[in-house]
Amino acid sequence: MIRLSGVCKSYGTARVVDQVSAEIPSEGVTSIIGPNGAGKSTLLSLISRLQPMDAGSVAVGGLDVAATGSRELARTMAILRQENHLTMRLKVRDLVAFGRFPHSGGRPTAEDRGHIEYALEQLDLLTLADRFVDELSGGQRQRAFIAMVLAQDTGYLLLDEPLNNLDMKHSVEMMRLLRRLADELGKTVVVVIHDINFASCYSDTILAMRGGRLLHQGTPGQIMQPEVLREVYDIDIRIEEIDGNRIGVYFA
Amino acid sequence: MAISAVNRPAAADAASPSAAGRSDAHRAAVREAVLLALAGGGTAILAAASMFVGVSDVSLPALLSGSQDAWDIFWISRVPRTLAVILAGTAVAVAGLIMQLMVRNRFVEPSTVGTVESATLGILVVTVLAPAAPLLAKMGIASGFALAGTALFLAVLRRLPARNTLLVPLVGIMLGGVIASVTTFFAYRFDLLQTLNNWMIGDFSGVLRGRYELLWIVAGLTVLGYIAADRFTVAGMGADFTTNLGMNYKAIMRLGLTLVALISAVVVTTVGAVPFLGLVVPNIVSLIFGDNLRRAVPWTAVFGAGFVLGCDILGRTIRYPYEVPVGMVMSVLGAVIFLFLLLRGRKARG
Repeated sequence: MIRLSGVCKSYGTARVVDQVSAEIPSEGVTSIIGPNGAGKSTLLSLISRLQPMDAGSVAVGGLDVAATGSRELARTMAILRQENHLTMRLKVRDLVAFGRFPHSGGRPTAEDRGHIEYALEQLDLLTLADRFVDELSGGQRQRAFIAMVLAQDTGYLLLDEPLNNLDMKHSVEMMRLLRRLADELGKTVVVVIHDINFASCYSDTILAMRGGRLLHQGTPGQIMQPEVLREVYDIDIRIEEIDGNRIGVYFA
Repeated sequence: MAISAVNRPAAADAASPSAAGRSDAHRAAVREAVLLALAGGGTAILAAASMFVGVSDVSLPALLSGSQDAWDIFWISRVPRTLAVILAGTAVAVAGLIMQLMVRNRFVEPSTVGTVESATLGILVVTVLAPAAPLLAKMGIASGFALAGTALFLAVLRRLPARNTLLVPLVGIMLGGVIASVTTFFAYRFDLLQTLNNWMIGDFSGVLRGRYELLWIVAGLTVLGYIAADRFTVAGMGADFTTNLGMNYKAIMRLGLTLVALISAVVVTTVGAVPFLGLVVPNIVSLIFGDNLRRAVPWTAVFGAGFVLGCDILGRTIRYPYEVPVGMVMSVLGAVIFLFLLLRGRKARG
């Protein structure tokens, strides 16, 4: 479980995360949704100690994020941010192998190599493994980064907009993969996601944010309601039930 | 993706396609080790040639006939010079590579961001204030200045509104220019312009036994750079990646830039600045082998040594029996190669 209590963060005078308290349940997929500037990405980087928070506390699997050693945290949770700009030339396999660093400290064992190949396979990267990351397309690169955090083999996986740059096929496959990671390996997956329909179809829990505050937390059935979404996004969204999934229609 | 059901990855799963991938990777590693050995052999041949180029007659027959003069020159001048070239070439190239990863920019190296200029200023300050100070003390002061200069460069970078790829080296060159002009001004006032040239333009002609041994310090620093290679590679991916992998980004940055500053200061005080080396060699290595430092450091070291050896031999033969300082040869060759790399990169990127 990830427990947030009274988490705050300001940039200058602007409060980007405002008194957020929540419990994110273990072994499932949790989506954080909300309009631009809602503080979703900032919240994710506070949970994952990429940025220090101004107030409040975060515990991931019982570990206080502010007080636990970085390496131990790295074996507990993996975070991938939204913008990953690599100025260096690294082969896909080498990049993924660095995901094992918190475990191996740079001396990969047979077990580490197993994890690396597994991650490459899951992200459909085996044929690209010996290519340089900077020579790949945006979507392939995104998959390579996700393979790296997958190889990290942590109980908690935090992804900021994992569908960035992915086409429809790879988006669906990515969400299916996250679902399987939760269902079959018992991982706790937290994603920041823009597409509410992906959130609706694949999550167990949805956190809806706006203006730095957590407005609602609930199941897709509870969050995918016109009045809730209106409060979050400020537009009218019609909800249709298709094949047992609640789909928001907002295109016209 | 989504080919197979999710299973806990098993290392002993020999039947999986990944096992084949692994043995391919193994073959590639062996092939690369052989190539590296060949390149090392090539550099060794250049080193051997370097022992026999010069005005005095040190030829293989003279050595074999047991000529005392030949052996003296061999041990007092030729061997130290060759070793100095190899040590400096290796270290400066590796320092350039580390700096490029730390700054996350391909177009920087210690002599284009103010590190080398600051070291030179440091030596000038000691020379004026304490001319009798031992070389090691001069080196220490130069290292302090080099560290401060590098820190200043990074502080300026942090304040830049946008981190444009070309803006970063430009800022470095300007900063280096300002520091160099301060140095030149005081050198002029204290009538030390001639002496200043010794540090600003690298030259191995003055290397003799007893006057280069401090350069072995950089060998240690280079080895340290290789030991920390994985950490530097991770830091090159950025602060967030580094933190995610459980490492202290700032600590790695400090270690990397300290290594770079020390290497620059030691090389400048013993043989003078070796320009372009830290720019050209890491960029060539990166194009061919990428930036995973565990692989790139050995190649950079071998190419760095080979490049300086070649330039030094060229400098000694081009106007024989006179010598052109290696720094000058490298400036010309380095600039041409670098221009070529820049244009080639642009073509590749469209």
